[in-house]
Amino acid sequence: MSLTPPMRRYTIRLIFCLVAYGLALVLANMAYPAVRHITPLAWGLAILPALPIVGVFVVIGRLIVETDDEYQRMLFVKQTLIATGLTLSIATVWQWLVNFDLASFPEGYGIAVLWFAMLGVAAIVARWRA
Amino acid sequence: MNNRIKVLRAERDWSQGDLAQRLDVSRQSVNAIETGRYDPSLPLAFRIAELFELSIEEIFVPPSRHQSKAF
Repeated sequence: MSLTPPMRRYTIRLIFCLVAYGLALVLANMAYPAVRHITPLAWGLAILPALPIVGVFVVIGRLIVETDDEYQRMLFVKQTLIATGLTLSIATVWQWLVNFDLASFPEGYGIAVLWFAMLGVAAIVARWRA
Repeated sequence: MNNRIKVLRAERDWSQGDLAQRLDVSRQSVNAIETGRYDPSLPLAFRIAELFELSIEEIFVPPSRHQSKAF
């Protein structure tokens, strides 16, 4: 199956972000112990792995903007809205469980990971009978 | 919105894929429009009308007319 030009660009950009994330994660973990007391550098290194993840959000946004097929674009928008709604709902419920000491945030907890997982769920919901 | 795309397509012996290629959209999009699950934008409706050399009203059934039929 051949990819449409917007999907091809999306795939290339996504791979670029994932490779950048892997490299940033390795670099940050290796270099952080040496610079942990040098505050600006420590902040920079801590933020470094987050930047490619932010990049993925931009890549998904670009896919929506660049998709020429209006029906497919509507499905992508629907998918991201469902994913965002599910993520916010789960995060809000979880936050209240934490507020009442009934739960805690897991180690390495990342809202982006939850959103990406919900994006997968939303793909099935949005494209159900589409 | 109801429409006559399936009939018009059959008259020309075009598959959904053929029509999709001519409109530069996915086959899934043609299927969604044809079955009334998705209403195309005005620019796409004009492209469809131009392709079939008809007016938009000759292809798409206005919702008001469709509703009055139901009563």
